[in-house]
Amino acid sequence: MHTARDTLSTRLGTHGVLILYVIIALFPVFVIVTNSFKTRRAIFREPLALPDGESFSLIGYETVLKQGDFFLYFQNSMIVTVASLFFILLFGAMAAFALAEYRFKGNTLMGLYLALGIMIPIRIGTVAILEMMVSTGLVNTLWALILVYTAQGLPLAVFILSEFMKGVSDDLKNAGRIDGLSEYKIFFRLVLPLVRPAMATVAVFNMIPIWNDLWFPLILAPAEETKTLTLGSQVFIGQFVTDWNAVLSALSLAILPVMVLYVIFSRQLIRGITSGAVK
Amino acid sequence: MTALKLENVNKSFGQVHVLKDINLTVEEGEFVVFVGPSGCGKSTLLRVIAGLEDASSGTVAIGGEVVNRVPPAKRGIAMVFQSYALYPHLNVRDNMGLGLKQEGQPKTEVEERVARASAMLDLDKYLARRPAELSGGQRQRVAIGRAIVRQPKLFLFDEPLSNLDAALRMNTRVEIAALHRTLSASMIYVTHDQIEAMTLADKIVVLRDGRIEQVGSPLDLYNNPANRFVAGFLGSPSMNFLQASVPGLRPGFTIGIRPEYLRVVDQGRISGEVTYVERLGGDTNLLVKTDQGETLTLRLFGQDHTPVGARISLDFDDALAFHFDEADERVLAEAA
Repeated sequence: MHTARDTLSTRLGTHGVLILYVIIALFPVFVIVTNSFKTRRAIFREPLALPDGESFSLIGYETVLKQGDFFLYFQNSMIVTVASLFFILLFGAMAAFALAEYRFKGNTLMGLYLALGIMIPIRIGTVAILEMMVSTGLVNTLWALILVYTAQGLPLAVFILSEFMKGVSDDLKNAGRIDGLSEYKIFFRLVLPLVRPAMATVAVFNMIPIWNDLWFPLILAPAEETKTLTLGSQVFIGQFVTDWNAVLSALSLAILPVMVLYVIFSRQLIRGITSGAVK
Repeated sequence: MTALKLENVNKSFGQVHVLKDINLTVEEGEFVVFVGPSGCGKSTLLRVIAGLEDASSGTVAIGGEVVNRVPPAKRGIAMVFQSYALYPHLNVRDNMGLGLKQEGQPKTEVEERVARASAMLDLDKYLARRPAELSGGQRQRVAIGRAIVRQPKLFLFDEPLSNLDAALRMNTRVEIAALHRTLSASMIYVTHDQIEAMTLADKIVVLRDGRIEQVGSPLDLYNNPANRFVAGFLGSPSMNFLQASVPGLRPGFTIGIRPEYLRVVDQGRISGEVTYVERLGGDTNLLVKTDQGETLTLRLFGQDHTPVGARISLDFDDALAFHFDEADERVLAEAA
């Protein structure tokens, strides 16, 4: 956006600040990725150097791919993240629609109750959750993780989405009712497309904590066949010896899928088809 | 057959009583305009008729059938919204056809009706476009087209012209009037714009605070208002209400004179000073402060050159003045 106030110096200033921020934010990622391609000795001697002919090594990746079942871990992380996001968005949006659209007794109270989850961290209830999972036989299944993450993500999702749903024109929903659309069709076909940017925001906010979480996989699903990537990488970190090549390689690999998911969601953030719906 | 019959309709939101004992009949083919200041309940009344809100009590009958328990889509109505409310992800053709598809009409029937409506509204060129690619006036025509294809027993318009600019508003108003003639359908039209009300209506319903103040043809209401509110609401500039400036009035009573019925004379009953002049070319409006401190508007046809600050004397024809009592109800001149 170029306005009359956009002088060269202010634009240089803003870009300077942004570039500095990008450098700070990406630096750790850069160090992890470059070091994952180096020999163990090179990592410790010159951690900031780029890999060259002498120090280049794929030993870390070889270890990762050989040891443990990394593709399974990948798959587990992916299933848990995608399924949790799906349920968070589906149920969060439905609850938000109900809260925003319908007048019923206890509407405000219900909204506050749901918002409570934003303030109270779910980890406080870990023991109770574990007990429930044991008695329902869900320990060491991916469902245990999916359910917990869905519960964890819902409060914020409902909170953000209901604000956006209130902004969707009443006339549009009423036009749908007069044209004979059911409430479900109004929700899925008229309202959801209009709050897509908000849905993408919620998805991005929830995705990274779920992908990176170590706590619940460790407690609820530590079995070999349900290990997530973060938990799987822990085998390389020992109390006395840490296989840094393998850790760095595993972390570098772990970045890729989240990046793909992020690119998908961020495109939704940018693409808005809302303009022109109502004046 | 009556198109719409409302009997003792009430509507409350919690403690707030929005519509109070509304009784109204709309005949087949009639163009009825609900008019009133904002917050008077006219839009709520329309939504009750459409079925988007339930009436708290009373009956709503459309085409002779009580529809209190019938969902909006099955009431035989179609509605045009102020914000157009087009489906953003559908093109013009699908926007117009969606309601018919939902009714389960065969494809050929849907296509034929959409084609007929789009020809009527000059939308043929735009059928494949999305709402975002249309101008405001075109969007409003699509919204009207969406109503037409359903061939409803009753058309409902909710301030359809409020989002258009002045020139377009005039054109669309003429189009809606023409549409009413060609379709000879029953229509209910909500507006706060009294010019739309006067020009379009067969019958005007003036609402205030959830009550019907008066029902009648536009000129009926203009020439014969039942109370001070109706008298002041219709007409632009609005009617002058004077108490002190006209000699011989009963205390507490008010006389109402329309700006165009006042004339400048040498020696009249009202005298005062011109405080402001609006020269519109065709008309001239003078704001006058009377010697008793009341303000009135005077409308002169043609161009007038009275300067601001001039002393002026005014008079009026008693047959064209209205009298109101302490409760703002209209009384006959003899009683006053």
